This record gives sequence, structure tokens and C-alpha cells, in this order.
Amino acid sequence: MLFSLEQELPPVLPHRAEEKAPLLKPCDGTSPPSVLNPSLPSSATNPGTNMTDSKYFTTTKKGEIFELKAELNSDKKEKKKEAVKKVIASMTVGKDVSALFPDVVNCMQTDNLELKKLVYLYLMNYAKSQPDMAIMAVNTFVKDCEDPNPLIRALAVRTMGCIRVDKITEYLCEPLRKCLKDEDPYVRKTAAVCVAKLHDINAQLVEDQGFLDTLKDLISDSNPMVVANAVAALSEIAESHPSSNLLDLNPQSINKLLTALNECTEWGQIFILDCLANYMPKDDREAQSICERVTPRLSHANSAVVLSAVKVLMKFMEMLSKDLDYYSTLLKKLAPPLVTLLSAEPELQYVALRNINLIVQKRPEILKHEMKVFFVKYNDPIYVKLEKLDIMIRLASQANIAQVLAELKEYATEVDVDFVRKAVRAIGRCAIKVEQSAERCVSTLLDLIQTKVNYVVQEAIVVIKDIFRKYPNKYESVIATLCENLDSLDEPEARAAMIWIVGEYAERIDNADELLESFLEGFHDESTQVQLQLLTAIVKLFLKKPTETQELVQQVLSLATQDSDNPDLRDRGYIYWRLLSTDPVAAKEVVLAEKPLISEETDLIEPTLLDELICYIGTLASVYHKPPSAFVEGSRGVVHKSLPPRTGSSESAESPETAPTGAPPSEQPAVIPAQGDLLGDLLNLDLGPPVSGPPLTTAPVQMGAVDLLGGGLDSLPRGDVSGSPAMGGANFAAPPAGTMPANLGAPLGGGLGDLFDLAGGVGTLSGSYVAPKAVWLPAMKAKGLEISGTFSRQVGSISMDLLLTNKALQVMSDFAIQFNRNSFGLAPAAPLQVHAPLSPNQTVEISLPLNTVGSVMKMDPLNNLQVAVKNNIDVFYFSTLYPLHILFVEDGKMERQMFLATWKDIPNENEAQFQIKDCPLNAEAVSSKLQGSNIFTIAKRNVEGQDMLYQSLKLTNGIWVLAELRVQPGNPTFTLSLKCRAPEVSQHVYQAYETILKN
Amino acid sequence: MIHSLFLINCSGDIFLEKHWKSVVSQSVCDYFFEAQEKAADVENVPPVISTPHHYLISIYRDKLFFVSVIQTEVPPLFVIEFLHRVADTFQDYFGECSEAAIKDNVVIVYELLEEMLDNGFPLATESNILKELIKPPTILRSVVNSITGSSNVGDTLPTGQLSNIPWRRAGVKYTNNEAYFDVIEEIDAIIDKSGSTVFAEIQGVIDACIKLSGMPDLSLSFMNPRLLDDVSFHPCIRFKRWESERVLSFIPPDGNFRLISYRVSSQNLVAIPVYVKHNISFKENSSCGRFDITIGPKQNMGKTVEGITVTVHMPKVVLNMNLTPTQGSYTFDPVTKVLTWDIGKITPQKLPSLKGLVNLQSGAPKPEENPSLNIQFKIQQLAISGLKVNRLDMYGEKYKPFKGVKYITKAGKFQVRT
Repeated sequence: MLFSLEQELPPVLPHRAEEKAPLLKPCDGTSPPSVLNPSLPSSATNPGTNMTDSKYFTTTKKGEIFELKAELNSDKKEKKKEAVKKVIASMTVGKDVSALFPDVVNCMQTDNLELKKLVYLYLMNYAKSQPDMAIMAVNTFVKDCEDPNPLIRALAVRTMGCIRVDKITEYLCEPLRKCLKDEDPYVRKTAAVCVAKLHDINAQLVEDQGFLDTLKDLISDSNPMVVANAVAALSEIAESHPSSNLLDLNPQSINKLLTALNECTEWGQIFILDCLANYMPKDDREAQSICERVTPRLSHANSAVVLSAVKVLMKFMEMLSKDLDYYSTLLKKLAPPLVTLLSAEPELQYVALRNINLIVQKRPEILKHEMKVFFVKYNDPIYVKLEKLDIMIRLASQANIAQVLAELKEYATEVDVDFVRKAVRAIGRCAIKVEQSAERCVSTLLDLIQTKVNYVVQEAIVVIKDIFRKYPNKYESVIATLCENLDSLDEPEARAAMIWIVGEYAERIDNADELLESFLEGFHDESTQVQLQLLTAIVKLFLKKPTETQELVQQVLSLATQDSDNPDLRDRGYIYWRLLSTDPVAAKEVVLAEKPLISEETDLIEPTLLDELICYIGTLASVYHKPPSAFVEGSRGVVHKSLPPRTGSSESAESPETAPTGAPPSEQPAVIPAQGDLLGDLLNLDLGPPVSGPPLTTAPVQMGAVDLLGGGLDSLPRGDVSGSPAMGGANFAAPPAGTMPANLGAPLGGGLGDLFDLAGGVGTLSGSYVAPKAVWLPAMKAKGLEISGTFSRQVGSISMDLLLTNKALQVMSDFAIQFNRNSFGLAPAAPLQVHAPLSPNQTVEISLPLNTVGSVMKMDPLNNLQVAVKNNIDVFYFSTLYPLHILFVEDGKMERQMFLATWKDIPNENEAQFQIKDCPLNAEAVSSKLQGSNIFTIAKRNVEGQDMLYQSLKLTNGIWVLAELRVQPGNPTFTLSLKCRAPEVSQHVYQAYETILKN
Repeated sequence: MIHSLFLINCSGDIFLEKHWKSVVSQSVCDYFFEAQEKAADVENVPPVISTPHHYLISIYRDKLFFVSVIQTEVPPLFVIEFLHRVADTFQDYFGECSEAAIKDNVVIVYELLEEMLDNGFPLATESNILKELIKPPTILRSVVNSITGSSNVGDTLPTGQLSNIPWRRAGVKYTNNEAYFDVIEEIDAIIDKSGSTVFAEIQGVIDACIKLSGMPDLSLSFMNPRLLDDVSFHPCIRFKRWESERVLSFIPPDGNFRLISYRVSSQNLVAIPVYVKHNISFKENSSCGRFDITIGPKQNMGKTVEGITVTVHMPKVVLNMNLTPTQGSYTFDPVTKVLTWDIGKITPQKLPSLKGLVNLQSGAPKPEENPSLNIQFKIQQLAISGLKVNRLDMYGEKYKPFKGVKYITKAGKFQVRT
């Protein structure tokens, strides 16, 4: 294109070569891709190197900027354009050409559109670094916004929005307002996006100027492209302002969107579909009609459109009744487009597979016949292979297991190590999932072990351990083969698995002691996992063959307890030691107890999380299988989404409350910090690899749990740190049931439960106020365990009333609870008694008696309580605030004289005054209500028509709080003055007052 | 939405960057390079990478990485589709999507990128519209431009931008009005050791080249539309018509485009046009092995199978191969361990075979894995699914167009396990 120009350019190359230091740094440390290489292959459409843009890259030597400057100021239009092109070319490779700013901006006033566009490109990149200069451009922009050519109007408003300079944005408002109402839809759609840009730069300005409302109006625009862009802009703005109700969808606007959906571009369709997915149809009929109109999008060539459509359908399907014909039609329609996504480019396949993984978990029926499309091709990228494998296992069933196994066996001989490992694991998972195939899987695994390929053998052993767990006493014949490979195992997981097998089946392995002993030699070099496993295995062996293995067990116990500095190992060692020395029979019962079954499906996503992720199909969240709140930067903005409930149209009309609020508790108390680790260790005692820890059956569970916790506490590292182990033991250890003080023992705990029931029937008068239960630990944060609870005080005893709900797929057992140190020394007075394992979807109500003899540490806020709850799955932490009135003791009534003296004695600066508003009670009622919660009225006076109540209360730790409550008949606002030697409690006492009086 | 784009070549040079919002430093690509290093093979770089402040979504095409930087939650498929569209556009404009072509046309590339995306939202991605806004480089145009001083940037609003048919520009004129359709089917298959089909399906597309004046309204009907139960359409196709009558009715874009793509699912029987007899074995404790494959035609509907190429990734311990082909020629690259045998046509009278010895690294253990054979072939004049176009009708214009349909079947991912 620049044929003749080449001659006009000054012959700059020769003297440039003499320059020494390059003025501009090359972009990335590598040599700049700059020097025009004559041998550069030129494309078919561009014969002759002098025709191409590579010449713009000539050199980076010093003279360049000067030359460009001269050329930019040339009179010749063509020369100017060429110079700007050179500048742009330098910019594209990240070179700094900002020094040319004024010269380039001078070229802006032109009627040559290409030159104008090039200058705009430059401006967008550099305006920020030269804000004062950028102002020079404003006039041209404003003028261009009035140009008769819509292309130029749009270009001007588009470019202006990209210049992130405050001074420019001020000038942008007027042109933007005009463009939003432009007669040409092309300008309107460009202006819509510009609002989003401006919002990003200055949100307040956009709100003040009322652009958001104009943008909302554009949703009803006659042109579908404008609608799509308005939706896109609003969605982007809404993302940073989750509270604002920007996309307030109603059936009318939905109808508009659905109409625009058919006519706008593919990208617009994505924005509209994503927006539709946030809508909550009012009943199943509306859901169905939206589904019907969205279904044609499944046949779109753009995979992003398809996946967004799938999201809408998956979400709204939730509302349709399963008996509906349409429901099954829809299910059938979903399969082909999903499969088609797998024939696209590998990058698309990857994203599609991550999403299919979710869809298969939610609705396995959709793809159950499509197993074959997930078969791995040897030249698939590894990231596709691994995902396909995962889905294959999810789809494996009795009907197709033979095919799946044949495939997996094939994969196990491939080259890629990661893939082979996963394939071997997959075989094990199939065995566990499809019982009928177990035998075949085991024999396949044995074949693979025979190959002696090191990593294959190791993986096989790890999965065979799980198969043993699932089908006890069925495949033990293979143990001999496994033992042959003992020496080749070098990975901790495989070693640990093998040791577990030896320990578990010690009675069938003649030389079990020798095998285990061989591991013992390098005990300290093993990883923790192996050490723990070895310890347990040898104890098992000892319990099975006590006569020959006494020495061995003593050796391992001393290795674990005396020579190791790993607290986990030491603690487990001590527990075994104590168990074995005090009561071998009990030890046997604990260590060799029957193990709970392992679940069939592994790696399943928790149902609550899965439901949330289904709402995020097609997004990054679906690729990472985490809710956006878990990873999106500044997650301030993220609103939790939830699937709509299934409702029939008839009932939904009168039950608006069935509409999900979709908002779990907005603010979770902070997670326990440093202390948490300590608690974690305590509770973690038997949480090694889940299948291998000291097994506990239901009957000895309680006793075992108590012992484990108690025993562990004795040898706390904390004891060492604080320097007074005795104190630590006394304060901290939950004493075993036998040594518990009588008034706190388990029987009373039971009695309390009864009393509480009674109280529940009579009402709150008989005891202090009990707040309704609140969710303390949402299921999402605790692998399916949901805990809600409240605190109560009944006849001198404090208790924590808990509701444990299992929202996971597996049975939960082995519950235990522990409090962190807190301001008032609250501690559980008895272990957490969950008598039977908690099966999925089951809820159990527990009243946990508390005492206040735990160790004390001042918390902030004062009434903060950090709790750790353990079950067979993991340890979870949460913190909660307890109302102070549970600490008001029954003998909190002060003598009159004493009260007067104390009131005077406490300095005035300790007095705090509060207002209690909107309390319509009279003095009598107030007094009796407060008395129920152990706030005692000592005296009452009437001063100038106001009732003055003098009250006292005492906290469990002996702190007295004195109160003066002023009640004015007819005025619902009370004044409360509190005096206390520890003024920091006042605020919380006031809150207690409020709570009691208002409920 | 899409924040920035970096183009990176295979040797790890960032040779182009474009920012649609604020400038993101090149250093963000270090995370990409890290992932690339970990992946060892360029094709195995994961498409979505998270960094502390951004997400990188990338595609690998024509030996180039297109790495986009994302800052907010955004559908990754949207980004990947868009990146492919960018690569398609380069291909369309410059004849190839290569580092050299992009560098040669860097200003056009920049103008294109600016036109395709605004604030991260796609603006104009249809090739027709783009070409009206920014003219592709040709020799003639650059000569003319330099003489007349005109530019290669269109200064009027593209007509298609806002109409209900954004894919077509107005005022198209041809002296010869032509409409061609290529029905191209690819067989994806996995054949196991014994020769039975583990998995097979057909991925079909109908590519069209339409050079018709005015606003023609076409309908294309098939003899056996029932085969098409899993279809993806170009936006120009009227979905309702298809649903009710199984006819493809559309106003076509001007020029080359993909009309539909379809999948004939694995539930239907797929004819496999070739078979392979193979015997690849490595002896225990010896440094050689035997290699023997023969290819023959099967279920090819009476057509000739041609353009056959067999590619085999041999195990790492293979040092060299000493083979004799009865037909065609073979090469073995001792570095990548790839054996390529270019056969050509099969004549049933004399089946092509490739036999000989494999030299293994001495002392290395016998390879565990057996190589898979990757087979390429072509069959002209045949759509293996049996799909046949019935007729093409044109409405809305008076002239009589020239029409043509071509069929071709190819091997897609066609693998034979040994």
C-alpha cells in the first residue's frame, strides 16, 4: 500500500547503525522483534517485503523518536499517516512512545478516518500518562460526537470512554447523554457500552447523571443489538454493585429479552441468556415457556451460546414437575448439544467437560447413554484426557461397565504418567461403584501389577486397599501378590496403603511381623502418613498375635512417643500405649472394631455447592468447581445463587415465601485464627487417612472419643509452651466421664434436656430468654454438616442447644466438640452426645451442657466464642456470639445497703448510659420480665412521674453489674444507666436488656 | 470481560499486545510461561490459568498462543470462541495466521482488534462487516491507495451492522451468480486391537461459497434429513422452518461460510472405510522389534480411498526403523519418534504394506505401551453418513444462479490401537 512512499522516506538505516545505546528498552528482555529481516517469509497476499508493516519496526535506535516527530509534523497527509502507523507499531510491542503525545494528537483534526482511528488508538494507550495533554483532544471528540456520520459519532463516544482521565470524563457526560438517545441504533449500542466504561472509572458520576436509568430504558429499545449491549453493560455494572437492583427483571422485560434473543448477534445472545439465568420465574408455567423459547439456542454454532442456554435450561428445569412430558423432552434435547461441544477445539472441550462434570452429577440421566463420546483419544491434550476420565467414572454403571473397564485397561498402558495413574485409580473407583464389576476390576488390577511398572503398581495398591474396605473378606487371596511388590513401593501413599493391608490382615499373613519390622528400620525417614499407619498396623498385629510381637510393639511405641517430635504421632502413640497398658480388651474393641462402610461415589461435590454451581454453568466458577465468592477478586460483589424450588403453579401463588432468598447469613464471624491450628491438632487425633484411623464402632464411640480428646490434651504442646502443664491439664482437659463433678455429669445433662422441653412448652417465663436457633455453620463450609443453635439458661445451668443436620451424602459419626478459650471460661460440661451416626438428610437436636470453669482469655468482642466441631470427615471451626444473660446467675440480688454503697463506690466514669427504644411495657412488667433472666429489681422509686428501677445482676465470674432503669409511662423509650467495675461488660449487658425486653 | 490480549510465539516472545481497558503489564504472562514449562508440550498448556489478580484464558492455534487476560467472572467459552474468531479473521485477511503475517500487517491487526472488541464486549466479528470497515490488504489496493491517497478504512457504517441480517451486506453484485455447497464428513473412530470398533461417529459440516447478487433467499432440502438430529446452525438459518419442515431456509452471507455442522451420533452404525492388519512386537531383552502393517479397503461404497497417511508415535526407546513399503514412502523422525507413511491410493488388487525391523535402545526395558496408529484418508464424491442434498431453491431474486454440491469424506481422529 505504500509503494511510492518507500522512496520518499529518508534513507535512515545507514546512520542509525552507528548509534550505540538503544533509547527504548526492548519489551521483554529478549531481542526486539524489530529488525526488518529481508528473508522474512511474506504471505501470499503480500508479495514483496516493502509492502508490509514490518518496516514500521525498523530499529529502536535513538534517532527514531526525532524522525517520527518530524514526520508527524509533516505537511504531507500520507507521510503523517505513515508516521502514526510507525508509532502504533512500536506501541503494539510494548515500546514507550508516549513522548510523541502532542505531535500525534495534532494529527487528530483530520477528515481521513483511518488517520483518525489510528490517533484514537494512540490516545487510548497514552492519555492516562499525559492527562494534561489529553485535554487537547477533548474539543475534537465533542465535535465528532455531533458529526453527521454515525460511524464517527460512535467512534468518538467509544474512544472517549476508553480514556481514563478524570478531566476527559467530565466532558464526556453531555455527548454521552446525546448518544444514548441518538436516532441511529449503532450509536446507541456503542453509547450503552460507554456507560459501563464510565461506571468503571467513576461510578458516582454515572449515578448522579442518571445514566443508569437511561440504560435501563434501552432494554426496551426497538433494536435487538441495543438491547443486548444494554444488558451486557448493566450486567457488568451490577457485578460491581450486587446490592443495586439494576437488572430488575419482570415478565415484561423477560419477554423483551426473549424477543431480542432471536435477533441479536451471537455475543448478544450470550449476554441475554446469562441475564435470563438470574431470573426467577413465578411458576412452572412461566419457567416452561421460557425454556421453550431458549431451546433453539442449543443448535447455535457458537459453543458459548449453547452452554449459556444449557445453564438457563438446567436452572429452570428445577421448577418443572418430573411427570411433565415436556420435562423428559427437555432432558432428551440437552444431550446432543453437550456431546457436540466435545468435537470442538480442545480448549472448548476442556471448559465443556468441566461443566458436563457438574451436569452429570446433577442429572446423570441426560448423558447416561453417551459414555462412548468420553473415550479418550491418544492425541487429546492431557487436560482433556483427565477430565474425560473423570466423567467416564461418573457415568459408569452396570450396563456399560465392561466397555469402561476395557477402555481403562487400555489407558493404563499409555505413556503419560499422570493419565495412567488416574486410569488405574479409576479402575478401583469402578470396582467400588459397581459391585458386579468388582471381581473383574480386581483381576484387571492384578494384571496391571504384573507389569511391574513402578507407578502402576503403586496406584493399584492404593486402590486395592479401598476395595478391601468396601468388600471385606472377599478378595484377600490377592494379598500374597501384593506382598511381593512391597520393596518396589517408594511413594508414601502406596507404602501407607500396603502397611494398612498388612496390619488389617495380619492374621492371614504369616510373616506380617517381618514385613512390618522391615519398615521400622527407617521409621524416622518415613513420611507422617506412613509412620502413623505403621504404628496402627503394628498395634493391630500385636492385638492379633500378642505372643510373638510384644517386642515389636514396644519398639514402635517408643519410636513414636520418645524419638519423634511430631505431635500427631506422639499423641497417637501415647493413646495406644495407655490403651494397651490399662485395658487390652478395650484396646481390642477400639482398634479392631468394625469399620464403617466407605461411600460408593468419591469426589462428589456437596449437593449445596453443586446446586450453586449449576447456576454458574459456563462461568469460571464452573471451571474451578468453586463458588465465585471463593476466588473472584473483591468477592464483595458476589451474591449467592440458588436453584429455584420445584413448585406447582397452583401452590406457588399463595406461597411467595417459597421463593428462595438465596442469601445465606451475610456475615460470618471470623474464622478462628492461630488457635485453630492447636484445636485442629487436638481433634485431629484419629483423622489420618479416613479409612485407616483407629476404627470406632457406635457402642464404644463415646468412650473412645472422650478418651482420645482427654488423652490428647494431657500431652498438649500447649502445656509445654505455657510452662505449667498441670494447670493446662486441669483447666483444659474435658475430664473423662468418671471424674466429672457430680453436678455437671451426664445424668444432669439428660435432666436438663427434659427441663428444657418443659420450658419450651410453658414459654419463656420460666427461664431466661432463649433466642431462636441461628445457623452458625452453613453446610457449604463444613462439607455438608450444618449446625444451628442457640444458648439457654435454665435453673442455673447453661446449655448450648444445637441442631446438627447432615446435608452430605455420607453418614457422619464420631462427633466431638471443643471450645477455644474465651472471656468467661465457657466450656462443654459433657462430651457431645450423638448416639447414632447421622445419616444423610437427618437432623439431630442436642443440648450440650456448659460450665464456666474453662480457661479464660479475653476475646474481642467480649462474648465471642470460637468452637471446633469434629466428625468423621473433618474438623470445622466457627465462631458465634453468645448473649450475656446466660451468664447472669441466680443469686444476683444485692442487699439494698450494699447496692447503695457499691453504686457510690464505683467511679462515675464507669457509668454507661443507654437508650432502650420501642419498648411498650410498664415498670411492673419490665421488672418481672427481667427477673426471669436473673436481673433483680432491688428498689423502685417514682420521681416526677417516672419509674426508677434499681437493679443488680451478677455474672458467673463474680462481676456485679448495677443498673438504674428509668421508665416513663406512655414513653416507649427507657433510659438505662449501668455501673460496673469492669465497664467493658456494660455494652453487652445493655444488649442483653434489649434482647430480654423485646422478646 | 476481555481485558487484554497477548500474542506469543512458540519460543515465548510476546510479539503483540492489545489492551481494551487499562494496560496490564506483560509480566502477567509469566504465569502463562510457567504453566507452559510445566506442560512440557505446547498442546498441553491448560486453557484456563489463574493468577493472583487475573485469569488467563488461552488458545493455541497455528503455532501461536492467543492469551487473553480476564479480571472478572466471565464465561470462558465466550473468550475462547472469541479468540478463535480473532484467529479466523487473521486467516481470512492475511491468508495465514502466523507471526510473520501478523507482524507484516500489524496496523491492520490493531485496527481489527479495536473494531472487534469494545471495552471487552464483542463489537463486530462477522467477516463481512469487518471487511467493510477495514479492507483486507491486497497488492492492487495498496497501489491504488498510494496513488489516490485513499485509505483502507471504510468511512461509512457497514450496512449489515444493524439490520436483522447482520451477516449480509447490502448491494452485493456479481456477474456470475454461483452457489456451491461442500458436504464434508469426518469420521472419528477408535478401533481396538482386534479390529472391532470401540467408538465411531461422524462430524459433518456443510460449507458454502455463495456469490449471489442482491438479497437471495435460499432453501436447501435433503433426501434424508432425518440423519441430522444433532445440528449447529449458522445464525442465518431460520430455526422454525427446520423444526417444522426439515428444510434449511436462509438468506446467506456473502462469500465463504459454514452453513451447518452436524454429528451423526455413535448410536447409528458408522461405516469404517479401511481396515488395518498390524503386528508390532518388541522382544524381551533384545534391542529390536518387528513392525508390520497392511491396510485394506472396507465398506467404501465403491469409491476409491485416497490420500492415505499413517502416523505412528513410536515409544521413546525406539532408536530407528528399517522398513520397506510396498507402496508410497515413509519417514521416521528419530527425535520426535514419529513414523509417517504416505501411501496414496489403495488398489484392492495389491494391498499396501510396510514391514521391517525396529531398533531399540540397547539395555532399555521393553516398552510397555503399544503405539496407536493415526490414519488419514479421503474419499471423494461420498458422504459416508449417506446424507444427500435434494434441491436448492432460490427466492427473492430474478436471475438464475449456478448451483453445485460436492461431497467428501475424510478421516478425523481415526485411531487404531495395536
